[in-house]
Amino acid sequence: MTNHKPGTGQYDWILITIAIAFLSLIFYIPAINVFYQAFKGGVGPFLNNLGRPDFLYAVRLTVSLAAIAVPLNVVFGLCAAWAVTRRRFRGRALLLSIIDLPFSISPVVAGMMLILLYGRQGWFGDWLQRHGLNVIFAFPGMAMATIFVSMPFIAREIIPVLEECGKEQEEAAKTLGASSWQTFWLVTFPNIRWALLYGVILTNARAMGEFGAVSVVSGNVANETQSLPLFVEETYKQYETEAAYSAAVVLAILAMVTLVLKAFLERRTQAK
Amino acid sequence: MQEVITRPRKSSLKLPWAWQLTIGYLTIMLLLPVSAMVLKASTTQPADFWRIAVSPIALSTYDVTFTTALIAASVDGLFGTLIAWVLVRCEFPLKRVVDASIDLPFALPTAVAGLTLATVYGDKGWLGGLLALLGIKVAFTRLGVGVAMVFISLPFVVRTVQPVLEELEVDVEEAAWCLGATPWQTYTKVILPRLFPAILTGVALGFSRAVGEYGSTAIIASNTPFQDLIAPVLIFQRLEQYDYVGATVIGSVLLGISLLILLVINLLQSWSRKYD
Repeated sequence: MTNHKPGTGQYDWILITIAIAFLSLIFYIPAINVFYQAFKGGVGPFLNNLGRPDFLYAVRLTVSLAAIAVPLNVVFGLCAAWAVTRRRFRGRALLLSIIDLPFSISPVVAGMMLILLYGRQGWFGDWLQRHGLNVIFAFPGMAMATIFVSMPFIAREIIPVLEECGKEQEEAAKTLGASSWQTFWLVTFPNIRWALLYGVILTNARAMGEFGAVSVVSGNVANETQSLPLFVEETYKQYETEAAYSAAVVLAILAMVTLVLKAFLERRTQAK
Repeated sequence: MQEVITRPRKSSLKLPWAWQLTIGYLTIMLLLPVSAMVLKASTTQPADFWRIAVSPIALSTYDVTFTTALIAASVDGLFGTLIAWVLVRCEFPLKRVVDASIDLPFALPTAVAGLTLATVYGDKGWLGGLLALLGIKVAFTRLGVGVAMVFISLPFVVRTVQPVLEELEVDVEEAAWCLGATPWQTYTKVILPRLFPAILTGVALGFSRAVGEYGSTAIIASNTPFQDLIAPVLIFQRLEQYDYVGATVIGSVLLGISLLILLVINLLQSWSRKYD
């Protein structure tokens, strides 16, 4: 028997089988199970669950949270990426680490930080109470928790692209008399739009799916502060497994759309 | 700052605007909350801090969290490397779908992951039922926490190893083959040393994610103290009891270790850059 030449692969099928078997155990079987559990009683009960007022409320809340967190994080991500790539300055590496920090903080700890700030005994607790404002166990706290955990995605995607395309084009535009906005929309934006969209998709998936941080600051009251992921957990805990899986299917479809868009965008940026 | 002043007018108008927004947003959304916790932790009496940080229940949650996360991340280190290899070097049907599916844990909310893993690995579940015949209980035990951690950490290993593997030239392996190396020798002496920093980085990233994970792990566990209670759940329980000092101390320990891992990851990455 001769040596196995690299790249041709005579034992490939063994490796492929192991890889697919592992992925099936961890990913595919659980993913199929979400749909199986939701539809095993037929489409009728599934649709009934989707008509529940507390479910519809949870969907609205989750969409509202994403509708606030995503645009704010887009603006921040663009500014931060611009700031980091367009000037060399001391402490640049530190700023990059700070932008990435939310990924290293456990979501539960992130929620706890917000309680320490805005909770009854928190820094701003007295002030908020005197003005009759509720942040913790209310929408603003949930929005801030969502923003916190999904903050770095956009800057992270845009920074490498901005770094690669350099600032010569922008400087040329400026020399030719373009205003700052013209330079951004006509020169910078076309370069970063796919990276931006990629970042938006990741931010949105995280914003809609966040559980830990939101759970800490929400109080989890149905029809008030219960987002879709919290609805999944709560109904499951209350032995309303069917309702839990009906909501889970909605989130799983969101996940599949995210993955398809992500793969599409990756191919698009790689093709360049 | 000095640089700003010396710049021509035109660009100096724009720079502070983007900068102000970046700094302001970071301060309000990130630095302020972080300092609230740091201050709370630093105003706690050192003796109290230590007493809470090393209380038996806290120690048991560190054990469950860190040991389980380390095992889960190592399992992913092995299988994640294998999956990255298969995705880069092999051809098979639906490869593109498999590749895209690796990011499932980034896209699927962790509550859904916990829910379906708890069902599939439960006593009556598709896989849990089979394992129950062998006397292995997964859901609502520490093993279940491990399965959830394996789920959420896998993409970190695959996505860190994959690009390094793609850049690895086949000619080096061909040279090894021409010189009479067996596939095993080629793998252990040529490929593995080059991949090793990436594998370690991926494992560290996955470990760091698994340590902080709350959603999937809390749902699949029974959250019984001294058995499968993880540190993030303990923090959550302390907050529910309005024990903010207790929550802060355990949160600080968790954050401190996360930052330590971050440092290790940065060192690993500068180590792997030596091969570029």
